[in-house]
Amino acid sequence: MNIQVYVIRRLLYTIPIILGACGIIFILFNLVSPDPTLIMLGKHASAKQMAELREALGLNRSYWLQYLDIVKSAFTFDFGRSWATKQEITSMIKQGAIPSLTLTFPGFFLSTVISICVSLFVSFYRGTFLDRGVVFICVTMMSVSSLAYILFGQWFFAYKLGWFEISGYESGFPDFVPYVLLPVLIWLMLTIGPDVRFYRTIMLDEIYQDYVRTARSKGLNEKVIMFKHVLKNAMIPIITYTVIQIPFLILGALLLENFFGIPGLGGITLNAVNSSDFPVIRAMTILSALALIVFNLISDVLYTVVDPRVRLK
Amino acid sequence: MSNATTSNSPVALNTEPNKTVHKSKSLWSHAFSTLSRDPWALTSLIIVGIYALTALLSALGFVAADWAAEVGPSYAAPSLDHWFGLDIFGRSVLAKTIKGTEVAMSVGLVAGLISMVIGVTLGALAGYFGGKVDEVIVWFYTTFSSIPYIILIVAISFIRGEKGLMTVFLALGLTGWVTLCRLIRAEVIRHKNREYVHAAAAIGGGDFRKLFIHILPNVMHIVIINFSLQFQVAIKSEVILSYLGLGVQGRPSWGTMIDDAKLELAREVWWQLGAATLAMMIVVLALNLLGDALRDALDPKLKGK
Repeated sequence: MNIQVYVIRRLLYTIPIILGACGIIFILFNLVSPDPTLIMLGKHASAKQMAELREALGLNRSYWLQYLDIVKSAFTFDFGRSWATKQEITSMIKQGAIPSLTLTFPGFFLSTVISICVSLFVSFYRGTFLDRGVVFICVTMMSVSSLAYILFGQWFFAYKLGWFEISGYESGFPDFVPYVLLPVLIWLMLTIGPDVRFYRTIMLDEIYQDYVRTARSKGLNEKVIMFKHVLKNAMIPIITYTVIQIPFLILGALLLENFFGIPGLGGITLNAVNSSDFPVIRAMTILSALALIVFNLISDVLYTVVDPRVRLK
Repeated sequence: MSNATTSNSPVALNTEPNKTVHKSKSLWSHAFSTLSRDPWALTSLIIVGIYALTALLSALGFVAADWAAEVGPSYAAPSLDHWFGLDIFGRSVLAKTIKGTEVAMSVGLVAGLISMVIGVTLGALAGYFGGKVDEVIVWFYTTFSSIPYIILIVAISFIRGEKGLMTVFLALGLTGWVTLCRLIRAEVIRHKNREYVHAAAAIGGGDFRKLFIHILPNVMHIVIINFSLQFQVAIKSEVILSYLGLGVQGRPSWGTMIDDAKLELAREVWWQLGAATLAMMIVVLALNLLGDALRDALDPKLKGK
């Protein structure tokens, strides 16, 4: 089977998944969650007010039509307006994407580069005290709550020592840098641990392969083996792993954005959760489901392109 | 793999006091001896044991029963009398941290068990029966995992309508099963055409018997490793739930203690954050190391490496 047919088949397979995701969203927000008119109008609303609002929000229509609305919005990206701010959700998303990326992209990029370097280094010294020590530090870093990192970092480094901005944001290239410095550092604390462990496992998987033994037996030095052979072969899982992470970068970092006042998508989602702003939560859920599905597809296709051993079925 | 299969071979062979039969070491006894030789794993196991015991004693009212008592001025700093200082109401932070062990351990255990049952059942059915059953289950978990974790958790809490321990159990338990389900499905597919399963079929074992009596014990190592990891993920997620205002109410938990710190830090009150973070870090670290050690000890592929 050639690659085009495979891509088309995978694309078709995303349709039931998108429909299913819309179904879960429908069940969560239209069927079983508490009546949104109560949340919006408060407990003292009259029956008439509630009925009018239900009519205006389209909650009187059949479930089937409400479900179709969600499916339609997944394909047209028309999510309506926020209940809390009355803004167009699509324009909120457009405005939020860039601030999110100014935080998450540098964090993701630095974390990936640092982790790959560290994991090459420790897999070279595999089994030694150094290797065990680095793994132990990684696991320790992973064992601290993300909220604790944020609270401590903001209080100690920004508030007490005054090294960083406590909170806030300015758009435009050099202006945003001081505001994202500390959030990026905290992001690194959170992601380097799991990343190093993951890349180390991949490197170790490669190091025990036969071709490495062959390379070594023909007298290549360890540096050439690590960089030309091991790293090159490890690129396949590395590429797929990094592609899978891209949707999470677009969607932003919920807690970091909220604490540091960065007006990104993560903050928008969290505010919507706090104020029960269903259309925004629904839009963000649809968006992230779509992003995850699409990047999963890209990652699978890349995998088959990069690795000649993978046979398409 | 031969070891794993012997442990499930007819019971009579193992229990019969027949000295001429050379009994090979089962996977579990092999794993146990590997674990007991690894000082890291042993230390981790002891730490988790201490936490579990503390949680049990606190639930029975033997320790930290008087956590709600006012023992000094509001926000008193750590001193020899009160190692971790006092909170806003003059309650001992140490007692609250100990009491919080109860919530953390029960959240880890119950949420871990809920996701284990769902993950194993769906994964085993999908892997064993294949075909339409498999397609539906794979479709379901792919769909389910495309919805962001945090939104699912929030939605489940919303739907429950009330806050509390039960909501935390359900929110974390119902969302954490997908990884295990994937792993079990893949492993059951690898196992279902092995000789020992055919042998079980040949002596008249039905689908249920083959799947639950023969295959599942052979994939149990994945369940155990995953459980130890899911346990600590649940403990960590409880903090996020508390931050979102969906955590446990009316009793101390590490999550609410860390969340309280966002108002306390401006007054230089760092001890509540410190105590809860430290308590959590130690047990999560121990569970992580234990998970790694279990994988090394139980995964037949890694044996001898």
